[in-house]
Amino acid sequence: MPIKSYLAHPHDNKKVELLTALSALEECEVMPATNEDVLVLVTDTLDDASEELLKAKIEKIKSLKLLAMVSGFNSPQNQQ
Amino acid sequence: MYNSLTNRRSFIKKMARLSAMAAAASMFPGILFASEQEDGIPKGANLDWKKGPCRFCGVGCGILVGTENGKAIAVKGDPNSSVNKGLLCVKGYHQTMCIQSKDRLTHALVKKNGTYVKTPISEALDIVANKMKDTIATHGKDSVAMYTSGQSTIPEGYVASKFMKGAIGTNNLDCNARLCMASAVAGFLTSFGADEPMGCYEDIDHADYFITWGNNMAEMHPVLFSRILEQKSRRGSKVIDFATRTTRSSTASDRSILFEPQTDLALGNAICYEIVNNGWVNKSFIEKHCNFSKGLTKMGYGMEDKYKFKDKPEKIDFDQYKAFLEDYTPEKVAKYSKVSVKDIKYLASIYGDPNKKVMSLWCMGVNQHTRGTWMNNIIYNIHLLTGKISEPGNSPFSLTGQPSACGTAREVGTFTHKLPKGVVTNPKHRELAAKIWKVPVEKIPSKPTYHTTEMFRAVDRGDIKFIWTQAVNPLVSLPKTSRYRPAMKKESCFVVVSDVFPTPTSDVADVILPASWHIEKSGLYGNSERRTQHWDKMVEGPGDTTPDAWMFIEVAKRMGYGDLFPYSKENHVEEIYNEYRQFHEGKKHGMAPLEVLKKESGAIWPYVDGKSTQWRFNAKYDPACSNGKDFHFYGKPDGKAVIWQRPYEPAAESPDSEYPFWLNTGRVIEHWHTGSMTRRIPVLHKAMPHAYVEFHPEDAKALSIRNGEKIKVTSRRGSCILPASINERGLPTKGQVFVPFFDENMMINDTTLDAFCPISKEPDFKKCAVKVEKA
Repeated sequence: MPIKSYLAHPHDNKKVELLTALSALEECEVMPATNEDVLVLVTDTLDDASEELLKAKIEKIKSLKLLAMVSGFNSPQNQQ
Repeated sequence: MYNSLTNRRSFIKKMARLSAMAAAASMFPGILFASEQEDGIPKGANLDWKKGPCRFCGVGCGILVGTENGKAIAVKGDPNSSVNKGLLCVKGYHQTMCIQSKDRLTHALVKKNGTYVKTPISEALDIVANKMKDTIATHGKDSVAMYTSGQSTIPEGYVASKFMKGAIGTNNLDCNARLCMASAVAGFLTSFGADEPMGCYEDIDHADYFITWGNNMAEMHPVLFSRILEQKSRRGSKVIDFATRTTRSSTASDRSILFEPQTDLALGNAICYEIVNNGWVNKSFIEKHCNFSKGLTKMGYGMEDKYKFKDKPEKIDFDQYKAFLEDYTPEKVAKYSKVSVKDIKYLASIYGDPNKKVMSLWCMGVNQHTRGTWMNNIIYNIHLLTGKISEPGNSPFSLTGQPSACGTAREVGTFTHKLPKGVVTNPKHRELAAKIWKVPVEKIPSKPTYHTTEMFRAVDRGDIKFIWTQAVNPLVSLPKTSRYRPAMKKESCFVVVSDVFPTPTSDVADVILPASWHIEKSGLYGNSERRTQHWDKMVEGPGDTTPDAWMFIEVAKRMGYGDLFPYSKENHVEEIYNEYRQFHEGKKHGMAPLEVLKKESGAIWPYVDGKSTQWRFNAKYDPACSNGKDFHFYGKPDGKAVIWQRPYEPAAESPDSEYPFWLNTGRVIEHWHTGSMTRRIPVLHKAMPHAYVEFHPEDAKALSIRNGEKIKVTSRRGSCILPASINERGLPTKGQVFVPFFDENMMINDTTLDAFCPISKEPDFKKCAVKVEKA
C-alpha cells in the first residue's frame, strides 16, 4: 500500500493543464501552490506494481516538466 | 506528544503531503498552498465560519474558524483580511489542533505536600488572592509581581495593568515582549517620540527594494514574505538579505550579504557615511524635519544585578554628525565586518537613489542586541537622511514577533515603566490613568521597578516573594535559564502559572490556573501594522478553563478591589475595551469602535472620522499633522525626528580561545516560540520534532562532526546536548553555530547570556561565546 509524495513542476504556463490531468487520475491527490508554478502530488496505490503503472501514466502527461519524489511510505493493510 | 489522528492511512497521506510542502518551501521560500486550508473539512459538514486573528506571530493574518457542534473543525485564511488576503502559513492552518491535546490543563492544580491536587477554580483563585494579600501585608506591595505576554489579549493586558498599578500600586508588571520588542519601542521613542511603525503592510505593494536586516522572514513572517516575493515576481522589486546566517530568506533573495555578528552598528553607520559623502542627503527634509543628537556611550551590558543606566541626550549639529561618521568609511568597516567595500557601497547606493523606494524590515536580529536601541536608531537615520519615510513604499518597518506585542504589551503598556497612555514617570500620564481607573493619583507609583531580566533576578535574590505568570513560558524563553530555573524553584517565592498546557514553568508552580485558549474567549489583538482585530468566542473551553482577564478580575475582587473592576462575566471584553479606548482618544492614537472591529477584519489606529491612518506623520495621509508642513513628527515637542549619533561597540561576550564559536539562537517555521502549542500539533511536531545545532560545513569537517551526531554546546553558564545539522535548514557563517529555542528537552537558553541593551533592557539572544564537542 505505497503512499508517495512528489513535487510536480509544469512547463511554462501549463500549471492548470497539469492540475487537470493529475486530478483526473483516481489514485492522485493534487494540491497546487497558490503563488508558485509547482504542485504537490500524493499518490495512494494498492501495491508496487500499481504504483509503477501510475507513475508511467503520470510521466506521459505533456504539461509535466519534472516529477521529483519527496517521500515514500508503505502502509500495511492491517494498519489502515 | 498526543496524536489525535486515529486513521493511520490518512495520517500517512497527510505526512506525505506535508513533506512535499516542506520540500517546496525549501525551494520556493514564501510558497503558499491555499487549498491546504480546505483539507480536513469533513464532506457535507455544515460549518459556521467565525472571523478572528491568527494565534501565532505578529503578522496578524485574518483567519476563519469553521465550527460545528461546538468544536473547531477547520481553519482557513480570511479573504477579507487585507493582511493575508486569504492565505495562511503552515502554523496558521493547523492552529486549532492543539486545543484538544490530551494533556490540556482543564482544572486548577494546587501543590499540596509536593503533589498537584485537582482543585475547583474558585478555591484556587481564593488561594492566589489570599497569598498575594498576605505577601503584600508582610513584605510590602513591591514583593509581588506579574509577568504577562504579547500573546495576552488587549483586555487581559489592560486589566493586568489596572490591577497591579492602579489597585495594588506597584509597577512590578512586565511581559515577554521585553524579550523581543523593547528595543523597537525604545528606538521609536528616541527617534520619533511615538511608538510603532509609521507605515503599513501596503508599503510592500509600492517598494522597489526590500532590505531585511537580520530577519528570516521566510520562516518567521511567511505570509508577509510571500507578499514581498509576489512583488519581486510581478514588478521586479529586489530583495536584499543582510544577515549573519544564510536562511530560506537568503536563498529567495536577489542578494545575500553576510556580516560578522554585532558589526551591523558599524555597517549602518557606513551606509550613512556614504549617503552623506556622496551628496545623497535629502537636505530640505532634514532641515525641516530633523534634529541631531548624541547620547552616552560605553554603557555596559547589564550583566550585574541591579544595573542602572539613564541616557543623557545632547544636541549636536550636522557637521558634528558628519565628523563622527569619518570612523565608518566603507574601507574601515570592511576590515572587521567581513562585508566588502563594494557591498557596503552597493547597499548605500540603494538607499541613496532618490528614484527608488526602499523598505527596511527587521525583527529579532536588530532588537535582541545589547545595542538594540542604537541599531533601531541607525536604521531610522538612514531613512531620515534620505527622506525615505512615512510615504507608500519608503518605510523603515519594525516587524513584531507576537500576535499582540503591539496591541497589548506596547499600546496597553504591560511594561514596568508604561501606562495605557504614556509612562509612569510622567505626572500627566499618571493623572489620566488615575482618572479613568478611578483611583487616587498617588496610588500609581512614579518609578519603574523590574524589567524582565531584573524581575527574575529579584526572584532569585528573594526580593520578589510572589509571581504570577500568564501565557508565557519564561523557564524556556529567558536568557540564562540555568540561573532562573533554580531561582523559581526556591521556597522564598510563591509561583502562580496561568496557562493552557503544562510547561517547564508550570512544573515549578505552586498553583496552576487553567487558561482559555484564544478562540475559547472573546478578545482583541494588535498586530505589527497598528491593526486592531477583534474576535468573538467561538467554542467552549474544557473543564474549568477561564479567560485570564476574568481570573484577574476574580482575584482583584477577592482582594477587596471589586469596585474598580465592575465588569460582567458575559460582556467584560467589550466593557474593558470601551474603558481602554478613553486613553487614546484623539487624532494621534484613536482606536476604532468595537462595532467597527466586529464587522471588519481589523482597523489601523489612529482611527479618525471612520478611517484608518495608513501612514503617520505625513500630512497627506495623517489628520494629526498640524504644523502646516508636509511632514510632522508630532511625537516630539518640536515636531522633528532625531538622527542619533550611535557608535559601534563590541558584543558583551565574543568568541575566544576557550569558547571559540558565536552562538545564535532563533526560531523555525514549524514552531511558535517555546513550542508549548505547536509541539502539540502532530503535523508540526513530526515535521520538526526536536532542536538541533547548525554548523558551517567547514567547521563540521574540521571537528569531524557528522550530521545527526550528538554535540554538547557549552558556554560559561551551562550546556546543552543536541544533534548536529549540516547543510540542512540554515547555514551559519564560519565560526558560528545556530540553535532554535523551541525544544524544552534541549534547553539552549541554559547557555545564553543575560546581557541586555541598557536603554531598552532587551536581552541579546543572538550573541554569546560557546565551545562545541562530541557528547
